[in-house]
Amino acid sequence: MRRWLPWIAALALAALPAVLTPYASDLVVKIVIFAVFALSLELLVGMTGLVSLGHAAFFGIGAYTTLLASPEADGGNLLLLLLAAMAAAALYALFVGALSLRTKGVYFIMVTLAFAQMAYFVFHDTKLGGGSDGIYLNVRPLLGPLDAGNKRHMYYLALAALAATYGLLSLLRRSRFGHALAGIRVNEQRMRAAGFATYRYKLAAFVLAGALAGLAGFLLAVQDGVVNPELMAWHESGAVLLMIILGGLGHLRGAVIGAAAFALLKELYATPALVGDFLAGHWQLTLGITIIAFVALLPKGLIGLLERRP
Amino acid sequence: MSAALLSCQGLTRRFGGLTAVNDATLDFVLGEVHAVIGTNGAGKSTLVNMLSGEMPASAGRISLAGSDITRWPQPRRARAGVGRSYQRTTIFPEFTAFENCRLSAQAAHARPWAIWEGAAACAASGRIARDALAAAGLGALAERPAGSLSHGGKRQLEIAMCLATEPRVLLLDEPLAGMGAEETERLLELLARLKPGHAILLVEHDMDAVFRIADRITVMVNGEVIASGPPAAIRANRDVQVAYLGEH
Amino acid sequence: MDFATFLVQCLNAVQYGLLLFLVASGLTLIFGIMGVINLAHGSFYMAGAYLAFSLAPLFGQHFLPMLLVGVLLSAAFGYLLEWAFFSFLYEREHLQQVLMTYALILVFEELRSMLVGNDVHGVPAPDWLAGTLPLGSLMTYPVYRLFASAACIVVGLALYGVVNHTRLGMMIRAGASNREMVRGLGIDITRLYRIVFAGGVALAALAGMIAAPMSSVYPGMGAHILIICFVVVVIGGIGSIGGALIASLLVGFVDTFGKVFFAELSGIGVYLLMAAVLVWRPEGLMKKGW
Repeated sequence: MRRWLPWIAALALAALPAVLTPYASDLVVKIVIFAVFALSLELLVGMTGLVSLGHAAFFGIGAYTTLLASPEADGGNLLLLLLAAMAAAALYALFVGALSLRTKGVYFIMVTLAFAQMAYFVFHDTKLGGGSDGIYLNVRPLLGPLDAGNKRHMYYLALAALAATYGLLSLLRRSRFGHALAGIRVNEQRMRAAGFATYRYKLAAFVLAGALAGLAGFLLAVQDGVVNPELMAWHESGAVLLMIILGGLGHLRGAVIGAAAFALLKELYATPALVGDFLAGHWQLTLGITIIAFVALLPKGLIGLLERRP
Repeated sequence: MSAALLSCQGLTRRFGGLTAVNDATLDFVLGEVHAVIGTNGAGKSTLVNMLSGEMPASAGRISLAGSDITRWPQPRRARAGVGRSYQRTTIFPEFTAFENCRLSAQAAHARPWAIWEGAAACAASGRIARDALAAAGLGALAERPAGSLSHGGKRQLEIAMCLATEPRVLLLDEPLAGMGAEETERLLELLARLKPGHAILLVEHDMDAVFRIADRITVMVNGEVIASGPPAAIRANRDVQVAYLGEH
Repeated sequence: MDFATFLVQCLNAVQYGLLLFLVASGLTLIFGIMGVINLAHGSFYMAGAYLAFSLAPLFGQHFLPMLLVGVLLSAAFGYLLEWAFFSFLYEREHLQQVLMTYALILVFEELRSMLVGNDVHGVPAPDWLAGTLPLGSLMTYPVYRLFASAACIVVGLALYGVVNHTRLGMMIRAGASNREMVRGLGIDITRLYRIVFAGGVALAALAGMIAAPMSSVYPGMGAHILIICFVVVVIGGIGSIGGALIASLLVGFVDTFGKVFFAELSGIGVYLLMAAVLVWRPEGLMKKGW
């Protein structure tokens, strides 16, 4: 039964547009995009054991590249923009990874955060990306009959990206590369003693994770039609980390579930009709307390909760 | 005397003002068990760490079959045939014993870009893993989760994982730690079987075992090599008796 | 750049570096002794600044008493916070610490929002520290900045004195190198941790109070200084107060002169410095130690 869950979920998601309101449909697309983002971090944290607090940098770079490479007045080539976004994100990931993987543990966490902040400053302080206001996408990209400006098309595009990412990571987990990453996560020293050049494996994982985050950034840029530096802010890095913990570390489903749970929680906490005006205005408070309670009480995430049932 | 497979000259390690190993010159020959003994803090673990590549040397040279490997990082030495086992068990508890060995074996058969192939697809590493498990006497327990093995079983797995990398040199750091009499017997038999095909460095505290199996013994005290030679000579050595065996 | 300007920038760099040192020393102490990575450390700095804003009308010209009161309040707050929250983090993995302290930032931000609002404020320096002082015949320099540097130096010396010449300091140094052993020696580790944590909070808050009249008091200031402090700790090495000092001054100079020479990209100078250090010496400029 469990094996079929992802397929069932995919089918359900594919059928949804028929029944959802435009607002709900947008929310689902958002969730799908953040699921891709969360999956990319799961590769780093859950599979390889590298806690990165700067993953939003690659997300943001993917988004900005999409906009910067798009023509002013026409729809750009969807495929080319997608590849450009992933390539740019991967390139920055190569730079950050090469340097930060020289450190371990807490140092690594701090260094990844710092490099993300560096990217944030580049886009926030310079004219490159329109500064703190960001830039707008005038016309959504196309690829033949596929028009990202069309809500339906965009929905299925995002879904396809999620399916592809999920599939890729599933394959990865079972492969030799994935097993090596798992070994590195559990005991890197042992892996080195066996002869694995662990730095290269970690760097490869880091770059791949960056590229996938860039994919998510591309999707968000095309969906929203606007980017601003806050996409790379550390709040975003913290949020995506939270998503994978929320769902349950070590499971691909966890990343998807976590993204959905996080998005829904945010919606919930910010809706006056549900929590009252005061709390809705200060939703970060409720969210913060929820996180603390969650991490303290449910360290295995929502999946841990589900697995307790006999 | 056949040429040494692994040797070090003037190997030294300093930590700030403290010299953990001073000017150690040793060699390890194919077909021999060369034991290194000494009290706690004598520098044995540091020596092993330098030979395996985990710790850089402050001075000195290390050669493997004629090549200077002093600057080589550990993974490179491992792939060149320098295997090691750890004093504290470093197996992967959630994998089965077989998976533990296969993972070790895959270091040399990595093909990491072939992500469409499952890890099980590599026939070579599977075979090597089974051979290593059999050699270490764990053939029957291959499918058990490593974390569920007995202490002795885990120590055997530790050796098996080392063997799975098909090493020529074995650096064994206190493999008998915490083992009962029967398990010790089994492990010594294993070492005797492995001797012809490997050069073995054995760091151990169990003196009976050392004197039984070692072809040569080196004694370290406070980072210095104070004696090195066949067991009989070591036993008769005054300095050793005073510094080490006398207290035993 | 003429000599006078150069001198002024040097003084600015030192002043900024010293302020950073105050915050970073708290961070590195807490991490070095208790092994907790605390993302909310920047919030204490912000709290100090907003505290100064709130207390200034009450204390008027009595700036030093205000600082003292602020320090005592923050130390008390830190003591309580350690008891109520942080003591549960010590045995947890880094990832959980990161998340829980991140959540704490969210909570603090909202509390600040509810108590003092989200506006940007200025805090006036007291009259006896306002104005500028002539330095030689070359130029003048703001008195308050000189005071800020002096205050940081005094605190830094006091910190050095406590750590190296008192029993408490001895316990701190012992705890930094071997937690288990200290426990075995019968030292009340719980009390020790609580005091160290309170000290770290007080240092950050004091820095915020001192900084308030110079930079404006704004919501994002905690996040900003935190990340710079992370860079300082990476460069200087975790647990090393001496390293934190050197790294803070280094960062102060790179940041200040970066702003002068590369206006737009000045913000990234610090990170490039970090990148350079990582290439050269990944363990930090000074290994763990004091």
